[in-house]
Order: sequence, then C-alpha cells, then structure tokens
Amino acid sequence: MLRRTFIGLTATLLMGSAAIAQTYPDKPITLVVAFAAGGPTDVIARIVSEHMSRTLGQQIVVENTAGAGGTTATAKVAGATGDGYTLIMGQMGTHAAAPALYASLKYDPVADFTPIGIAGITPILIVARKDFAPNTMAELADYLKVNAATVNQAQAGIGSTSFTTCTLLKAQLGLPKINEVAYKGTGPALNDLVAGQVDFMCDQITNLAPQVQAGTIKALAIATPERSPVLPDVPTTKEAGFPEFQISGWNGILAPKGLPADIQAKLADALNQALSDPDTAKKLTGLGTVIPNADERTPAGMAAVIQRDIKVLEGPLKESGVVIK
Amino acid sequence: MELFDNLALGFSVALSWQNLLLCFTGCLLGTLIGVLPGVGPIATIAMLLPITYGIDPAGALIMLAGIYYGAQYGGSTSAILVNIPGEATAVVTTLDGHQMARNGRAGAALGIAAIGSFIAGSITTLIVAAVGVPLTKLGMLFGAAEYFALMVTGLVFAVVLARGSVLKAIAMIFLGLLLSTVGTDVNTGQERLTFGISALVDKIDFAVLAMGLFGFAELLRSLENPEARDVVKGSLGKVLPTLQDLRDSLKPILRGTGLGSILGALPGNGAVLAPFASYALEKKLAADSSRFGKGAIEGVAGPEAANNAGAQAAFIPLLTLGIPPNAVMALMVGAMTIHGIVPGPQVMTRNPDLFWGMIASMWIGNLALLLINLPLVGLWVRLLKVPFRLMFPAILIFCCIGIYSVNNQPADVMLTAFFGLVGYGLLKLGFELAPLLLGFVLGGLLEDTFRRAMDLSHGSLMTFIERPVSLGLLVLAAIVLVIAVLPAVAGKRQEVFAE
Repeated sequence: MLRRTFIGLTATLLMGSAAIAQTYPDKPITLVVAFAAGGPTDVIARIVSEHMSRTLGQQIVVENTAGAGGTTATAKVAGATGDGYTLIMGQMGTHAAAPALYASLKYDPVADFTPIGIAGITPILIVARKDFAPNTMAELADYLKVNAATVNQAQAGIGSTSFTTCTLLKAQLGLPKINEVAYKGTGPALNDLVAGQVDFMCDQITNLAPQVQAGTIKALAIATPERSPVLPDVPTTKEAGFPEFQISGWNGILAPKGLPADIQAKLADALNQALSDPDTAKKLTGLGTVIPNADERTPAGMAAVIQRDIKVLEGPLKESGVVIK
Repeated sequence: MELFDNLALGFSVALSWQNLLLCFTGCLLGTLIGVLPGVGPIATIAMLLPITYGIDPAGALIMLAGIYYGAQYGGSTSAILVNIPGEATAVVTTLDGHQMARNGRAGAALGIAAIGSFIAGSITTLIVAAVGVPLTKLGMLFGAAEYFALMVTGLVFAVVLARGSVLKAIAMIFLGLLLSTVGTDVNTGQERLTFGISALVDKIDFAVLAMGLFGFAELLRSLENPEARDVVKGSLGKVLPTLQDLRDSLKPILRGTGLGSILGALPGNGAVLAPFASYALEKKLAADSSRFGKGAIEGVAGPEAANNAGAQAAFIPLLTLGIPPNAVMALMVGAMTIHGIVPGPQVMTRNPDLFWGMIASMWIGNLALLLINLPLVGLWVRLLKVPFRLMFPAILIFCCIGIYSVNNQPADVMLTAFFGLVGYGLLKLGFELAPLLLGFVLGGLLEDTFRRAMDLSHGSLMTFIERPVSLGLLVLAAIVLVIAVLPAVAGKRQEVFAE
C-alpha cells in the first residue's frame, strides 16, 4: 500500500516535472542585468535575449537593477526561485572577482547559481593616452618600473573589470605601486584618457575600439590568444612577450540554483541558437565581442570559466589590499 | 558651404515621413513622462528600447532623442504646476514658475517656457552643427581641477539664489552636500553614513530626494491648511504670455542659451549647472531683484532656455567623441551599439546620414515640442482646477510609480516618504528646499572632481592654482562672493550711520 502510494507519488512528481519542461516557458522571462541600461553587459543581454525570445516563444524582459558593482541584483537573483523565469546576465565582476573583493558577499557565485552558458567574451585592452612615451608592452613595463612615482593609472571604479584586470596585470608584471585614479565608470575614465589627463588603463574592448581606430588613444596590447578583427594591428600580449597576462571580460546567463535540468537544457539550446545566428553574431562581433566557442556556451563550459577566473583573480585581488565592506 | 550641404543631408534624413512621425512620437511621449513626476527619461528610454529594434538606427535614435528633450521640457511643466521638479535641471523652475502659477499666471509661465526652450533649441542646434567639434576640444581642457573650480563657482552662485535668510540657505546647501556623501565611496569601496541600510549603499537618488522634499512634503503641508490647498483661486489668468512678457524674456532667453550650450558641451554633465547659473545671472542683472522668488518671468525664461540648450549641447560629446556625458547619453550609446553603430569619433564620417539626421531632427523636435505644448498649456492650466482631493492622491501615486521605475527598488519609495517628512519639518522651520537640492546635485560632482584632481596631482593642492582655467574660475567665484556680500555689508553700514 505504502509502496504503491510512493510509486504513484513519484510518477506524479516525474510527470509534473516533465509537464513543466514541456510547457516552459508559458509566461515572459525576466533577465536581470545588474548594471545600468546602455552599458556593455546590458547591450550583450539585449542583443542575445532578443534572439532567444524568438526561439523560446516568450518575451525575455531585460530588467536593469544597478548597484554595488552588480552585487545587489546578483544577491537578489541568488535568492529567487530556480524556475527559469528569473535569469541573470552574470559577468566576471559579479561571479569571479566579487568573492575576493567583498568582505560580506551575500551569495556564492558557484553554489547559488545554475549556469546556462557564456553569451559573449570581451577582450581586455591595455591602452594609453596617445602621447604617452611607451608604445609597446615591454616599454610600458620598463617605464612603469622607473616612473612609478609619477604615472597615473585610470580605473572605472573598485570592482569594475577595468580595476580587476589592471590589478592582475600589475601583479603579474611585478610592478611597484602605481597611483590609481578612480572614475565612476568607463565613460569618464575614457574621456580623461582621450584628453591626456591620465596615462593608461586596462578595459574591455567595447568602448575603447572606436577611440583606438580614430587615433585618440593608443592600444599597447590585447590580452587574448588571438588578435581582434576589430583592431587587427594591435598585438596580443603573447606576441608582446607577456604570455601570462591572459584575461577577458565575459558575460553569461545564469539561473538561481535548483533549476530543473530540462529547462536548463532548453535555455542553453536557445542561447546556442542565438550565438549561431549570423545577424546576432555580427552585432556582437561589431562591438569587438568574441563569440564563445561551442564548449564555453554550455552550462559545463561556463561553470569551468567561472571557477578558472575565481582562482586566477583571487590572489592578486587579495594582495591589492582592497576590501569592500 | 559644407555646413549647409551637411544640414541639407540631415534634413533629407529627418524629414522622411517615418522619421518625422518617430520624432513627433518621441517628443510627445517625452513630454507626457516628463510631466508625470518621478518617471524620468532613463526609465522610459530603457523600456522603449526593444520597440526600436525593428526601426533603422537613425529613426530609432531620433525617437529616443525626442523622448529625452521632451522629458526635459515636461519636467518643467510639473515644476510650474505642482512645484515638483521632474529633473535636476527643473529645480530652479519651481522658484519663480510655481509662484507665477500661484499668482494666476501658470499659462504665461508654461508659454514662456515653451517659447524660451524653442528659441534655445533652435540656436543650440546651429551651434552643435557649426562648432560641435571645436567645442569638444574646448571641453577637453576641462580636467578634474577645472571642474572642481566650476562647482565652487556654482556653489557661490547658489548663495545668491537664496530668497530669505542667507544663513538658512547656507545651512541647507551644507545639508545637501552632506546628503550627497551618503553611500559607497568611489575610491575605496567603503560605505559612508549608510547605517547598514542597503538602500543607501548606492547613494541617494536625485529623484528620491526631489520627490520626497517637494512632492510628498508639499502634500503634507497642503493637508494641514485646507485654504492653501488649491494652487489657483479664482480665474486662471491669460493662457498665453503677453507681448510685454515676451519683451521681458528675450534677453534672459538668449543669455540662458549661451550659458546652456557652453556648460552642456562640457564632459561630465555640466548641463545640470546651466539653469542655476542662468537664474543667478538674471537675478544679478535685474533692475529689481526682489521680484525674484515671487513670480518673475525672467526667472523662468532664462533657466528654461539654459536647460534646453544644455540638454541639446550634451549631445556634442556623444556625437563628436562617442563618450556620453551623463546617464541618458550613456543609454543612447547603448541604443546605438544595439543598432550596430559603435559610437566614437568616426561616427561623423562613417555614418554622416545618422549624424546630421540627428542634428536636423533636434530642430524639428523643438518645433514639434512647441506645437505640442502651446495647445497643451490650456489643458495643463485647467488641471489646476481639479479638486485637491482628487489631484494630490494622483500625484502621490504617480510619484511612487515613478520612483519605483528608476531602480526597481521598493526601498526607494520608503526613502522618498522619509524625505517627505524631513522636507515637511524643514518647511515648518522656514527653510528653503531648493538650495538643499542644489547642494546635493553639486556635492556629488564636487567631491568626485576634488578627489580626482588630488589623485591626479599626487596630493598637491597647488593643482587648482597652477592650472589657468581653474585659477580663473576660482578668482571669479571670489569676486562674485565679494559682490554678493558687499551690498549687505554696505547696507548694514548705512543703518549704523542712520542711527
């Protein structure tokens, strides 16, 4: 009797789960972007979700909840139900750098989330004002060692990709402490770099490429294994003799933990289709974004990227002594 | 003439039926959301972004730009009618605009705002087209030290703004400065004055403070005094400004346009300063400055022109350089990139149709705003006749929706209610709230630029004196301060001699 009830119950549960997956999605999906509308993460989210909406047959609504370097919204999504109707466009900052930077982070980027896949990879450039003396990575390294006391490095705010990647660069080159000038975002930092008020910075290619193309700033290297089609003249860090500096910003979709496997597969498939669509891909590559390879756009691939970058960034960020309370 | 060829290209793009319609729709939407307290252009543009996916980039940007300057305009409407500034730039308009409404001249105030904005918009469009690129280079001279000096000058002007007690005004400015320091520190990531409340971590939003201090506090004050509830008693007055009004306003409008286009072209949101600067200038130049704060039309015409000129000039850094000077422009950058156009210095040469089309659409947008708003003046003014018991609950609800829409945070609505109580208390104690908002707006920029200037100079205060532009501005601030204080001192001396 008991046994029969149990079997019945299990069957109902299984059927229930299958039914959920079959009907999913039957209402609009919210994709949370933890940054202001118009920024790099928002743009990637909107481009990718537009195609995914068509595949899934339900509107994906992008919801911008900016704050505390993206950790406010990320914590909120971490506490939401893993039913596939609340997703987040995570990125390197919220899911790889945050654990090393925040004293009391209200979420665990690995345990509290179910990854869907990477949506876009944004290469990191090392750029300088156009009349800055060093022209190559080797010259920069030498110059910084001699002129550490007078050089100014711009960064787009504690915890930003710009801050994180330059901290990594300085740790790997074994550079002395350099004066950092903090800005509220890439826009104002870039403005001062173009105006020649600051000397150099690291940041995502998205905003920098048009300035490099126009010659208002110069790029010393790109921290990817291959050159970017958007900036074919800029050497890779490997070519420039600093192969260890390999880092890219990335954005990827995650759901709160407990997402049923079939819904995860459905979402991963929709993401894969979006990235395989030539129009969508063209929009992304036009920004300098690299389309993730077949492996990276899967749940397992994304999980591996998160764990890799948490490990890479942990040491340098902790050594930098910056703790956000 | 290359400029005329370019403008001709621009008008050929902007005057297509589709783009005309989009421009008009954008302006109308912008006006409506601007009038609704709290709902700002950022939330609206973000919400409408998906609708533009199917339109070509030029059309999409023309519509989004229309929403932006429509909202700037609509923000003044609520400032005049119900004393709620929808945008930071409309704070000044509450001073004399709302007083005009209370004097039964709401129509004249709204009319002169529309006409002033149109004149300013038309002139600024030409400025953007003709000297946008040189202005960008000029803007580049403005580093952190220069910006700081400009803010100091702005604060000195703020003292001039004071209506009643100078001491109380200064106290309010400092309270505003203090409030602007709440939140996470940019340089260190440490929380300041947040008392562990997570809603305060990302600084207090301007909309939250303005809606609380003005919207909610005004409501509380009206509740206690049933007689003062209705803004307009008796007749509504003439709906449109008189010829004399126009004559009084022309020079303030032109001066406001000049200030607005220069400050708006600066990187880092210099446009917020423009209406304040214009108001202070008009008050100084007026034959009888005691009329200001009691419904002087120059106090509406000048700042409104400056506001619109600033809003339009803010496109200069975006269009010529691809770097957004404020949050709305950052959203425009996003809109451009989603449409496959990466904003940068080369947009002008790579996408001339888009570049000049947008500039031409600015002028068309200003014309559309004039055509939309002049007929609406009568309607808005009649809104004042809506009984208090219906109008104020509606304002309250719209304020709450608007504030929620800014960050999707319920806590922001609670915070607004809190500032409503604070505002009510301050009003009862006879404090002016406009200087507080000015202090708050300038405070963030002031701290930001001061610390950055110190970072850049490796801690040397001399940077403010060594740089000529910064030095010049600080000297100007000192002179203005002396001029402002002298009459008071002289007056006291006369009193002493009279005794």
